[in-house]
Amino acid sequence: MNVNQPSERQKMTFWEKLYLPEIARGLGITFKMLIGPKMTIQYPEEKYHPGGYYRGRPVLVLDEDGERCVACGLCSRVCPPLAIEVRAGETEREKERYPVKFEINMLRCIFCGLCEEVCPEEAIVMSKDLEMVFENRESAILGKEKLLVPVAQLQDRLEYLRMHQYYEPPARVQDA
Amino acid sequence: MPTIYIDGKPIEAREGQSILEAALEHGIEIPHFCWHPAMSAPANCRICLVKVGMPRRKPDGSFETDENGNPVIQYMPKLQPSCRYPVSEGLHVLFQVPEVIESQHAVMEFLLINHPLDCPICDEAGECKLQEYAYFYSRGKSRFVEEKNHKPKHVIWGPNVIFDAERCISCSRCIRYADEILHDPVIDFVDRGDHVTIELFPGTQFDNPYSMNVIELCPVGALTSRDFRFKARVWEMSFTPSVCPGCARGCNMYVGVLQNQILRLQPRTNMYVNQYWMCDAGRLTQYPFVNENRIDKPLVCTENGTLTEVSWEEALNAFWNKLQSVDAKEIGIVVSGMLTNEDAFALRRFIQEYIPAATVMLMTVEDPEFEDDFLRVRDRRPNTRGVQTILGDFLASLSVEEFREKVESKQLKLVWVIGEDLEQVWSEEGRRIADGADTLIVAASNASPTTQVADLVLSLATYAEMEGTFTNIDGRVQHFIPALTTAERPYRWGMKASRWDKMGAWNDRWSHGPQRHCRPLWQILSATASIAGHSWNYRKAADVFADLSQTVEGFAKMTYALLDERRGIPLGKVDEPEPPVFHYDSHRLKPESEEYRYVQVYDKAEQWW
Ligand code: SF4
Ligand code: SF4
Ligand code: SF4
Ligand code: SF4
Ligand code: FES
Repeated sequence: MNVNQPSERQKMTFWEKLYLPEIARGLGITFKMLIGPKMTIQYPEEKYHPGGYYRGRPVLVLDEDGERCVACGLCSRVCPPLAIEVRAGETEREKERYPVKFEINMLRCIFCGLCEEVCPEEAIVMSKDLEMVFENRESAILGKEKLLVPVAQLQDRLEYLRMHQYYEPPARVQDA
Repeated sequence: MPTIYIDGKPIEAREGQSILEAALEHGIEIPHFCWHPAMSAPANCRICLVKVGMPRRKPDGSFETDENGNPVIQYMPKLQPSCRYPVSEGLHVLFQVPEVIESQHAVMEFLLINHPLDCPICDEAGECKLQEYAYFYSRGKSRFVEEKNHKPKHVIWGPNVIFDAERCISCSRCIRYADEILHDPVIDFVDRGDHVTIELFPGTQFDNPYSMNVIELCPVGALTSRDFRFKARVWEMSFTPSVCPGCARGCNMYVGVLQNQILRLQPRTNMYVNQYWMCDAGRLTQYPFVNENRIDKPLVCTENGTLTEVSWEEALNAFWNKLQSVDAKEIGIVVSGMLTNEDAFALRRFIQEYIPAATVMLMTVEDPEFEDDFLRVRDRRPNTRGVQTILGDFLASLSVEEFREKVESKQLKLVWVIGEDLEQVWSEEGRRIADGADTLIVAASNASPTTQVADLVLSLATYAEMEGTFTNIDGRVQHFIPALTTAERPYRWGMKASRWDKMGAWNDRWSHGPQRHCRPLWQILSATASIAGHSWNYRKAADVFADLSQTVEGFAKMTYALLDERRGIPLGKVDEPEPPVFHYDSHRLKPESEEYRYVQVYDKAEQWW
């Protein structure tokens, strides 16, 4: 590096060195915001309702005829911090497999959304639930009873997912 | 020894081999579904097609050459199935050429047309040949938009096998297995074209004692184990190479473990012993031997006659005191063929050093009904031969009745049973021995009527919880390593570990399973020796084995590394290596070959683009 090059400071004009006009400009923005529309909300009293884009607590989708999850274990495999444990069992339903046990350790979860992305059945999605308070380690491990959420409450997210297909497998060979 | 050229690389093939066989033996992985080395090659899956040609000859018989002096190869206009095409001198095979790759893509596309998108619920996923090949040899995209064929998904073939017709790719491996290997042809194809499926002949069942082998044989997940169904995904488990304890054949197997529990056993190829197979009884031995009805901790009989759990220290002290309280002549020992060679050797040393006058009896468990002319033998214990060889002169030649009389006439006051249930094997006689003994010490891994009446029970580790060797009926010494951790050996050092085992923390619920307080016999005996004031210096099974190989003639010069390398060594044959054979593994991608495959795929892709 050439040390003899003029520094940023040396390149400044007199007005820039003076600094005052810039301060005035910054304060101008501050005052404009003061009288403009408010961005913040009074959180606990006022609730925040994010749109479908929001990645909150991962939940399992509950259809009319039971859960969608087939306990394939892919979410558990892909989960970077190993938050998910799935154990499968056999059912009489058309899809022969179901999760006997499905646990997400919310202390491990980093809300990355990879589980949702990998799920072949669209059975696990990120909900809008952002209020998670746990009193001890055990209660932070959510079982099926806490994870299953009726599909009606998850329409936003499912719609969002369908509109924003994450991944289109690249064609290996050009179709003739 | 004809020399063939695969993509120009010369290979020494053997007379009568097919191209595929020769290629596999030399580490060239040509894809194949229907071919299996133990059975005939019907060449019906067509994934193994290659381009085949011979040097062209002039009318006078000499080879035609091009301007550079290389022979001119005349290739056949159509691709040939390499699994069926015999090798011959100078044969040229082209494998990584656009024509062959295109044909692989086409075959995969055809196979996948009616294949359900079942991988999330399919037990085979993760070790499925179709998945592998779809990754390596297909175009990666489906052009099929029509409705797929639907077939029955839950057909119960027999007590151990369930068939899913939709997943079947009609390779006919299972049919040929039943026909050619089992000579029990109860299944066959019915219908044609995309409606083809497999059915049992009316009134039959696929209930052969070797029926479960079709589960691994099936390249896809069409045949599933009724026992293992949906229990775990394969990538979550650890697979430990081990030896089946079910009978004296000593079939090689993999122990599939999740959360420190055995979920399945499956055969491991060893051409010298079990080839590719295992019997159904052997595959379910985890239940009687390891998973169920275990003795968790050493037990001592208290004054009021109940067995209470005690620590190992207390138990070993009690054990040593009980042995000291009687004369060595009054000790009767019943040993089992369940013991490993290491255990037997430690016992031999223990007897030699402390109770040389004891009466030792080997309990054999024979079941003539179990025997057949394939794998199963009548001796139901994995190491009878080894215990016999090692204890040798120490074994008294007594009949059960004589032993019982000695106990009842109080010539033997203390009876020490190792690894067996007296009542189950010797029935009435056994019960009378157990009742007649003044002191009954039992070292066992499973609870039984004998342990209930014992004064002291030492909890033994099973084959799955210890390292050791078994000597099978042909005298082949085979090494196995522990698959499960115990409370005495809680870490997975030197063991196979699954992803969960490697990454879990102590406070994760899934990171650990039940651990038992059990020890192998050699450890118990060397700990007892240290109570008696001697140090045997046995810290691991290999120490015992080193001592054993120096002392007992048949084991001379054997080491665990050598046993692993040669897949077991017959007694006394360390210096005569067997001729090398090819151990074919249908499913598992071998780690050493994986890298090769990636290279191969990249090479291929480059050529193609
Ligand atoms: S990936 Fe989806 S279907 Fe598979 S176990 Fe997870 S939630 Fe269930
Ligand atoms: S959001 Fe990410 S961290 Fe949380 S459970 Fe899903 S994969 Fe695991
Ligand atoms: S057989 Fe293989 S490809 Fe077919 S569903 Fe099972 S794992 Fe998937
Ligand atoms: S069930 Fe499996 S082994 Fe039998 S023909 Fe079908 S794919 Fe082949
Ligand atoms: S392996 Fe050659 S045709 Fe199936």
